[in-house]
Amino acid sequence: MRGELRAVKIVWQRELIRFSKDKLRIVTALVQPVLFLFVLGTGLSRLASAGTHGVDLRTFVYPGVLCMAVLFTAMFSAASLVWDREFGFLREMMVAPVRRSSLVLGKCLGGATVASFQGVIVICLAGLVGVPYAPALIVEIVLLQMVLAFAITAFGVMVAARIKQIQSFMAITQMVMMPMYFLSGAIFPVAGLPAWLTVLNRLDPMTYAVDPMRRLVFSHLHISAAARRTLDPGVTWWGWHVPTVLEAGVVAAIGLLCLAAAVVQFSGRE
Amino acid sequence: MSETGPAAAGVALATPAAASISVHGLSKSYGDIEAVRGIDFEVAPGEIFGFLGPNGAGKSTTISMLCTLAKPSAGSALVAGFDVNRERDAVRRNIGLVFQDTTLDGYLTAEQNMRLHAELYGVPRELIRPRMQQVLEMVGLWERRSSEVNTFSGGMKRRLEIARGLMHSPRVLFLDEPTVGLDPQTRSSIWAYIRQLKQTEDITIFLTTHYMDEAEYCDRIAIMDKGVIVVLDTPDALKASVGHDRVTLQTDDDAGAIAALAEHFEIAAKVSEGAISFGVAEGEHFVPRLFAELGVPIRSVSVSRPSLDDVFMSYTGTTIRDAEASAGERGRAATAMLRRRG
Repeated sequence: MRGELRAVKIVWQRELIRFSKDKLRIVTALVQPVLFLFVLGTGLSRLASAGTHGVDLRTFVYPGVLCMAVLFTAMFSAASLVWDREFGFLREMMVAPVRRSSLVLGKCLGGATVASFQGVIVICLAGLVGVPYAPALIVEIVLLQMVLAFAITAFGVMVAARIKQIQSFMAITQMVMMPMYFLSGAIFPVAGLPAWLTVLNRLDPMTYAVDPMRRLVFSHLHISAAARRTLDPGVTWWGWHVPTVLEAGVVAAIGLLCLAAAVVQFSGRE
Repeated sequence: MSETGPAAAGVALATPAAASISVHGLSKSYGDIEAVRGIDFEVAPGEIFGFLGPNGAGKSTTISMLCTLAKPSAGSALVAGFDVNRERDAVRRNIGLVFQDTTLDGYLTAEQNMRLHAELYGVPRELIRPRMQQVLEMVGLWERRSSEVNTFSGGMKRRLEIARGLMHSPRVLFLDEPTVGLDPQTRSSIWAYIRQLKQTEDITIFLTTHYMDEAEYCDRIAIMDKGVIVVLDTPDALKASVGHDRVTLQTDDDAGAIAALAEHFEIAAKVSEGAISFGVAEGEHFVPRLFAELGVPIRSVSVSRPSLDDVFMSYTGTTIRDAEASAGERGRAATAMLRRRG
């Protein structure tokens, strides 16, 4: 058992070491969030100002961006598994006398840590979009980011288990990440949508990360009741308001399911 | 002399339990392709044991099965006393592996790669640093332990992999084509390390190779062709078993020369690698007769003592290079299958 824990630890550590050496990656992973926040947010703010009841569009978009940073980084972490396979390093791990589950767990924890770290960097931008740096808020955001980071990494690792080439993984990533982000309510409120969009929104796992994030951020803002109703209506399942804790639970459950699936995938190979 | 089959176990060992590696009826098929067809052999502790043969002979497949990386289709194998089918983790804990392809993390330093390996194999914490120093010094990389592996040359990477494979003090070290792709100088220095290993560590070394000169370094070699072990013995015994020298001729009329050799001398000669070659006892006494009686103009002639190439030729009927050319198809198919399972 101690051997398995050592394996988990060292695989986790390797993710951290690799991340810290890749300075470029840290920077590029921030480009998209910053783009959404300051370019899209600023550009569209005049168009949207009537509908937001005086709330800055950038502030509205900010919770989604907090999730986006985590999403991208976590997927890239999982992608490194495909690189490892292409460059042969994966063999070293698969050949060792450790359980596949330990390797997968270490990888997911590592990816989650790294993605959370990226998320924290985006937290630093809070002041620029009118969000206060309240300690309680920051802790809550970090916790939610960590849950999301783990879930996305586990999902990515599950997908990467079968993929041999990095191009295929990248193609899948594009096909999955953008729709997940757009459908999640990161850039529009989740109430009052046409039926088909509502359905897609409720099916999107990201929705259950963005919504709590928005609630957390907005709970620390001083805005009108009308604004709150419009911009932060909360996710409903057939009219029933889904509590924040349950939403986080959905994300965590998805993460654990993907983790289990990833372990099964990896255990099946020689 | 050794024949094929169970008797090819060669040197009889005191008890089966004393064998470092013990293989019975091992086979592996990938769909229609029979990569390994029922092989038997034993390796004694402390031996340097070599598998020699052209690419596509089944050497890599065999080593994969022994390393628990591929499941045998039939048969059994005991490595370091553990069953490869049922005690996989125990086997893995007791073996070191150096593959043809690099399995290092290029972005980590040598030391970090070694550390990772130590943790995955459960090397006791207090032993990690001393052991790391010991093996890295042995391959001459201790000075470069803090350099990123991407900055290493091919030879250095191979040396690091050997050091890493030894990190957890395995009982058996598997080397799959250890010097392929390296320049001659690096090749000989790697072999210097391997031989040094034999002195300093209590370890059995199992390697595969298609280089004749490497096979000479082994205590015993098994020649593998088309999935079976053709013969197994010490290099000297194998060479002695050939019983004749090889004479290589270049003539202006190969067909005529071969006919004349058959008729006049009752020698069956073959064309290989663009020259006529055949075996004859006491080649140096034969050459003058050749010139006197062949009747075909001879452009060049050479006589050589038996080499492992001759051994291969006499047991399989072709040289390793020709066997590789024709095995190319089979080898590529098998390798492609192995890769897909990666």
